[in-house]
Amino acid sequence: MPTWLDREVEKAVVRLLLNGEEVEFLAPVHKTLLEVLREDLGLTGTKHGCELGECGTCTVLIDGRPQLSCLVLPLQVEGRPVTTIEGMAAGASDHPLQAAFAELGAAQCGYCTPGMLLVAKSLLEANPRPSRAEIQEALAGNLCRCTGYAKILEAVELAASRMVAT
Amino acid sequence: MTVPDRTGSVGRSYPRLDGSAKVRGQAVYADDIALPRMLHCKILRAQAPHARILSIDASAARRLPGVVAIITGRDLPIRFGILPVSQDEAALEEHKVRYVGDPVAAVAAVDEETAAAACEAIEVEYELLTPVMTIEEALKEATDEPIQESFSRRRDNIHRLVSYEFGDLEAGFAAADHVREDVFFFQGNTHLPMEQHSAIASHVDGRLTLWSSTQVVHYVHRALSRVLELPMNRIRVIGAVHGGGFGGKTDPFAHEIVVGKLAMLTGRPVKCTLTREEVFYAHRGRHPTLLWYRTGVTRDGRITAMHLRTALDGGAYGSYGAASVFYTGTLQTVTYDIPAYKFEGVRVYTNKAPCGPKRGHGTPQGRFGIELHLEKIAHELGLDPVEVKRRNFVKPFSRTVNWLRVTSCGLEECTAKVLEASGYAQRERRTGHGMGFAISAYMSGAGTAIYWNDMPHSEVQVKVDRTGATVYCGAMDIGQGSDMVLAQIAAEELGIEPRDVRLVTADTDLTPVDLGSYSSRVTFMAGNAALEAARKMRALLVEAVADRMGVADLEEIDVGGGRIGEFSFEEACVIATTRFGALSTTGSYKPPRIGGPFKGSGVGPSPAYSYSAAVVDVEADPRTGIVTVGKVWIAHDIGRSINPLLVVGQVEGGVYMGLGEALMEEQEYRKGLHKWPSMLEYKSPTFLDTPPIETFLVETIDPEGPYGAKEAGQGPLLPVIPAVNAAVFDALGVWVDETPITPEKVLRALDAKAKGKPPRHGPRSFPAVPYGEPIRVDPPARDDLRVGAELEAAFGQTPGAH
Repeated sequence: MPTWLDREVEKAVVRLLLNGEEVEFLAPVHKTLLEVLREDLGLTGTKHGCELGECGTCTVLIDGRPQLSCLVLPLQVEGRPVTTIEGMAAGASDHPLQAAFAELGAAQCGYCTPGMLLVAKSLLEANPRPSRAEIQEALAGNLCRCTGYAKILEAVELAASRMVAT
Repeated sequence: MTVPDRTGSVGRSYPRLDGSAKVRGQAVYADDIALPRMLHCKILRAQAPHARILSIDASAARRLPGVVAIITGRDLPIRFGILPVSQDEAALEEHKVRYVGDPVAAVAAVDEETAAAACEAIEVEYELLTPVMTIEEALKEATDEPIQESFSRRRDNIHRLVSYEFGDLEAGFAAADHVREDVFFFQGNTHLPMEQHSAIASHVDGRLTLWSSTQVVHYVHRALSRVLELPMNRIRVIGAVHGGGFGGKTDPFAHEIVVGKLAMLTGRPVKCTLTREEVFYAHRGRHPTLLWYRTGVTRDGRITAMHLRTALDGGAYGSYGAASVFYTGTLQTVTYDIPAYKFEGVRVYTNKAPCGPKRGHGTPQGRFGIELHLEKIAHELGLDPVEVKRRNFVKPFSRTVNWLRVTSCGLEECTAKVLEASGYAQRERRTGHGMGFAISAYMSGAGTAIYWNDMPHSEVQVKVDRTGATVYCGAMDIGQGSDMVLAQIAAEELGIEPRDVRLVTADTDLTPVDLGSYSSRVTFMAGNAALEAARKMRALLVEAVADRMGVADLEEIDVGGGRIGEFSFEEACVIATTRFGALSTTGSYKPPRIGGPFKGSGVGPSPAYSYSAAVVDVEADPRTGIVTVGKVWIAHDIGRSINPLLVVGQVEGGVYMGLGEALMEEQEYRKGLHKWPSMLEYKSPTFLDTPPIETFLVETIDPEGPYGAKEAGQGPLLPVIPAVNAAVFDALGVWVDETPITPEKVLRALDAKAKGKPPRHGPRSFPAVPYGEPIRVDPPARDDLRVGAELEAAFGQTPGAH
């Protein structure tokens, strides 16, 4: 018999500062942040490619820093600010990175895009004028199978130049 | 060709229509869908590579709280498969498993965890059989029983054998000054789409609806109907936003059928999303392939005859394999003029995840072999490999020895572009640095449907009413941007902007049939159908507007800039609806018959071939064997670039994927187990591994493509792989005659060279295969470009198959 059914599933009430809003939810303590975001909170913009911490697809920002949501338990980040792709645009206006990705075709199938965008956002906040090598290094943990990364690189550079100019 | 330059949207770079949804996390992929009362499905998969199922006991699993239904092979006994000749799969296997990962039972439960726990609680008793893990083993008589008893020949594990001789091979070799033989191995690899396959089914009012991450809603529709024994009119298949295919989501899959069955049994929606490990088992990727080439050439390097043998490791099921085996041999003649050509191919069953179509489908293996083989011939003759290849280039508008019709062909221009841009002729020559050059061709859609019928391959409807224009097409945008191409074509003809065209795609209830997103066919075939439908609609709008304006000559009515004649497009829609009533036009595309008068001539013909040429620059470290690609220059003959932004995206993606196959990607097995079914261990190029790519688009304006367009999704991958190997030879003077070029193989080749052995690493021999007598086919006249009924009528008069 499987073991998990034999015991009580421990649940916890967790509070997060999610995309600037306070949210509170009850979930099994072993459920990952990725699962809670997608299944309990309806934020399906965060994607998953492996659920083992290998592909970077499920990246979210915690305290502004990229974290793999498939490896994070909500209790670990209780009370801390979490940013998902849904929190990246300011209302109707895209973040400059989002605009550049859409404009240059950096999203083809688009599945890796949320993770890429959030890592790039964190990079540009720490380093507004990154070199090509710095962009490549920052995004090296996020796999993309469509683009060959070329348009993603161009889009990050374009967004960076626009953000510095404004 | 005199196709006038377009003034509207065709030829302009537009970002994709769903770009904003994708950057905002609003695009709804299959796994993002959740329906009320939805159950979650997990599939129990075989843990033995080859075994008989003696019993399945699900009684303990059924008792688990939260388990709603469990099904086994008994519930889904009807076998299916993508090709009519290979109906060799079951959604759940009842009597036998053929690879680790083969589906055996499925659970629907209240959540994923319960479903997984129930799978663990199902007891399956197996009788283990000897696994067959290599091509060589598969060619021998089976130890206990063949993997696929009903589909194998005799007592071995041979799935398909093909053998053809086009023209007089013996005379061709007799005319040669020099004959060379080489053996190559192309390792298997997988698509690795970022999105794990997912399907969700709902059964309401006796009708089944399935959302899936598929490349072809029509093929899923057919398989569901067959296995679930439902008429097609009771099934609706909808393509969810697609998270990457590359060929890997072109077959109907067990999980799609299983959730359909479970939804019918439980009366609740059921979803199944594969784990990443399961995606490796679903596979349908590149066939590991051995290749043996024997070619005769004249002193100046002109090919007089070529003999190719291939052997494909197919894995446990047929999939597209009966076609894949042809594709390893058919397209060599579309780039090089080969006066006499013998091709023999075999595909075997092994106890591995089934192979199928991956970007390039069967042709990257053959392309890898022929490019390196010609390089070696050139070096042996003391000739420049680029010149040898050039001397043998096919001529535009000609017919090949195996009856394929070549139309537009930009090989020369592509070659000139990359040679010039890379400075290939003046490259720095030092140990450890090299450049390699290779070319390729690919089909703009297969000329023959995968199941026999005489219907169109693409059907499109255009509807106009007082609210504007809508295009309906069954094709699935898998990220390549095919929706945008359809919108641009409609917009071009109707004189409006692409964003003003509404699109309904990949929904079998709403859209007419299209054979889907594979075979590089959507722009060409669905594009041609959309063009026809849109032109008919334009004619109706123009006629109504001319009538209203009192203009007799329809030519005087200008269409463009959102206007038709003196009216806005919206006004024209009202005028035309007032004049004609409901407005709907249709377009269809069916490729003409191109293949010759012999059995098997249906694989290889395409209405047009794209061409590519690439130069790859590498640093290859003789101490470590590590190969680093510095830059790739690629030129692609796209026919006409309908949307340069999207085309360049396809080319760059293809180059990247080719580099992965060349340098690191491999689907490898150990003791019956997949060696690395995870993204960490299955190495694919990261941001840091991917070099700058400089792309040149060459436009040759094909007479049959929409506005002259040809394909871009697959061809550009092909030349990259052999160009890397050629560059390594240029850098170190050793050949790695297989993929991927790992540091170990480079060092082994250097070691062989140091010991005075042939300076190479790769397979030494090709196994004996009972190919049998070839089908002998007389070549066509090289300038015979007839197709369709005209060609068929000529078969009676021309000497065809013996």
